[in-house]
Amino acid sequence: MKARAVELRTALVAPVTALLVALLAFDLLVLAYGASPLRVLRVMIEGTWGNPYGVGQVLFKATPLIFTGLAVAIPFRAGLFNIGAEGQVVMGALAGALIGMWLPGGTPWLLAIPLVAAAAALVGGGYGALPGALKARFGAHEVITTIMLNFVALALVNYLVATHFHEPETLHTAPIIEGARLSRLGAFLPALHGSAANTALLWALGGAGLVAWLLFRTPLGYEIRAVGLSPPAAENGGISLLRVSTVAMAIGGGCAGLVGVNFVQGYKYYFEDGFSGGVGFMGIAVALLGRNHPLGVVLAALLFGTLSQGGLVINALVPKEIVEILQAVIILVVVVASREVRSILLRAGGGR
Amino acid sequence: MSLTRSPEGAAAAVAGAAPAVRLVDVTKRFGPIVANRRVNLTVEARSVHAIVGENGAGKSTLMKTLAGVHRADEGEIWLWGERILRHDPNVAIRHGLGMVHQHFMLVEPLTVAENLVLGLEPTRGGLLDLGAAARAVEELGETYGLPVDPRRPVEELSVGERQRVEILKVLYRGVRILVLDEPTAVLTPGEVDGLFRMLRTFVEGGRTVILITHKLDEVMDISQRVTVIRRGEAVGEVATADTSPRELAHWMVGREVVLPGADSRRDADAVAGADAEPALELDGVTVAGAGRPAVDRISLGVRPGEIVGIAGVQGNGQSELLECIAGLRPLASGAIRIRGRQIGALTPRQRIEGGLAHIPEDRHRRGLVLDFSLADNLILGRHRRFGSPVALAQGAIDRRASTLIERFDVRPPLAEAPAGALSGGNQQKVVVAREITDGPAVLLAGQPTRGVDIGAIEAIHDQLRAARDGGLGVLLVSADLNELLALSDRIAVMHRGRFVAVLDASDASIERLGELMLGAEGTE
Repeated sequence: MKARAVELRTALVAPVTALLVALLAFDLLVLAYGASPLRVLRVMIEGTWGNPYGVGQVLFKATPLIFTGLAVAIPFRAGLFNIGAEGQVVMGALAGALIGMWLPGGTPWLLAIPLVAAAAALVGGGYGALPGALKARFGAHEVITTIMLNFVALALVNYLVATHFHEPETLHTAPIIEGARLSRLGAFLPALHGSAANTALLWALGGAGLVAWLLFRTPLGYEIRAVGLSPPAAENGGISLLRVSTVAMAIGGGCAGLVGVNFVQGYKYYFEDGFSGGVGFMGIAVALLGRNHPLGVVLAALLFGTLSQGGLVINALVPKEIVEILQAVIILVVVVASREVRSILLRAGGGR
Repeated sequence: MSLTRSPEGAAAAVAGAAPAVRLVDVTKRFGPIVANRRVNLTVEARSVHAIVGENGAGKSTLMKTLAGVHRADEGEIWLWGERILRHDPNVAIRHGLGMVHQHFMLVEPLTVAENLVLGLEPTRGGLLDLGAAARAVEELGETYGLPVDPRRPVEELSVGERQRVEILKVLYRGVRILVLDEPTAVLTPGEVDGLFRMLRTFVEGGRTVILITHKLDEVMDISQRVTVIRRGEAVGEVATADTSPRELAHWMVGREVVLPGADSRRDADAVAGADAEPALELDGVTVAGAGRPAVDRISLGVRPGEIVGIAGVQGNGQSELLECIAGLRPLASGAIRIRGRQIGALTPRQRIEGGLAHIPEDRHRRGLVLDFSLADNLILGRHRRFGSPVALAQGAIDRRASTLIERFDVRPPLAEAPAGALSGGNQQKVVVAREITDGPAVLLAGQPTRGVDIGAIEAIHDQLRAARDGGLGVLLVSADLNELLALSDRIAVMHRGRFVAVLDASDASIERLGELMLGAEGTE
């Protein structure tokens, strides 16, 4: 029990430091701008957690971050740095949107919703598995390959949407069928009415729970963690590095692909080029701040969701870019304070 | 330009009768752990002083404190009669004290000469004078009988040669007190003799040597005085002439022990399954290497209930052979059979499931996941047997952990503790426990007691013998000839990837093995 307390304490050092440093930077920036930090903070809190619509927007913005946070955290546990969530997001979301618009109009929701989500997860997962296999088979460093595959994915999706699947005069696809759409949370909780929060949030929370079970309660999770902590020992224990790297990246990519559930199935009901807006890269920050633990990922995603909604509500007082600086400061401090990141990057520098 | 720099402190001190080193009540803590508790130590000038103790007893920590690598929390450090108040490695060097660490700190692509002068480069007209550096290597090498070619890159050198470079490095810095941390762990018997000759020359030249070791025969061989460290405390200090290995061993572990080498060999006839099908069969096994094959058409059978040892100077293909059998390195040609079944093309996991167990040579890298708990480490490679694909059977894992921890006397007995927190000997007990528990047919044991303290060596040897008596076939690779002689029924000697001889253990002796290891002709 004592050991666990120590573990928890070390786990919290980096995130808490990051938040304190970020808060300090925020105060200084707001002061430099000539506003009152306390007032700005109060407006921010009132505009996010202070009213039902704000809460809904925070949850809506946190949902994709939970998915992409998991997309980074799972490979991270296997010692792989997945910078490619952005590409996995758009590949998966487009696949989901296409299946959703091609399904026969009368498909019942019980079938349509899982089918669309499965398409998104499978395509995102396949796109994630590729760099995992390249790493294990040829030693191609996943940081490089995932970054490059982002460009490939973004360009490919842009081409497909712009030339083949767009609706006239727009950069988005035709809408998905009614049966594949998710309900807004406002339908169950009238207070949230008007916000874009939808049941994809429950998918994200359930997903985080499943990932926690996978990592800490199953043989596959054991293998993922063993490979992440010591590849030679894992190999000696009969664990296939090729298989585990590929599977971990595939599960990560699948989580990224599920971002489509939130946007395509839960919000706009179509795929729109450029919708991802860096949510895959934010996933890196979420995973790091959440210490690559599913519960931490959920908390970090809520924080970043709050900040991004908060940026909008304080825009009247100070430029919302201050919040973006704030997010960047958090990421920087967490990266500097995080032992895992350093060890993975060192391993990359050491060559294989 | 002088090649060896004269340290200020040393020059003043030679005349005086002050001891070279004096530690008074030195205490060193790492967080809540006390690594050294009120240690007193006096090392007379012009002598070899041995520091012995089990792994994790705190020998290296004490010496690193002395060398200024760690700061003592309490106590006094005196060098040549002068109290050192603000200690760091540079202060130590200025007082003529230098340490050769257990893990070498050399820049591999650089040459011997470049490594030697690193940080103290001789210059001529502002440019690096490598000619002078090379001359320094040759001169120092000649003086102390440590020949090394100054122009060779370190990465081409053998372990023994690298150690010479490390020693030359501290000599170049004008060291008069040389601290060596487990210097013989990586050396062949011949190289150990060479090292000891050099240390004697060194002491005759008026210098002082502090030698950390846990090999008692070496203590008896070379030292004048011995200090025994147990659990961070100095529990005894005697003149070597007045003590015996038995007494030292007793102090080290705090109880009576049977020294390894004390014989428990059996007749070849006693092997349980003398006529049985071999547990492990190697048939023309070849493993690719750089230039020539690392393992070259090796054939050997290991019967159930037999331990076959492999002797050889490090780097003659033993490691590659074990890794190839374990499936960690591809088999270039030949066949490997376990209980008659071909395994050469199987994955490591299939081989484990087929009855193969492996104690890898490098337990830190391959044997354990150091950040995993003992319980998790104890199922590595067997984890698929615990529960279903969707849920590990945590209860069964915990029960296995507590059973094995008790049976193999792993200390501290905490199933939840990370493996990295244990001493080397206890880590190795965890590896051995895991590998021999589930009734494997064949055990590959690579250096099973390297860097392990006497108490644990004894326990590990007992476990290996018990498993052998239970019908396990063991292929044992060890750099420790005493260990090979103590455990093996037969001993194969490996040289440049080939077996130069396979002897019955009763026909083998250290001298005979030593000759064969260097490539003398043997008889198959």
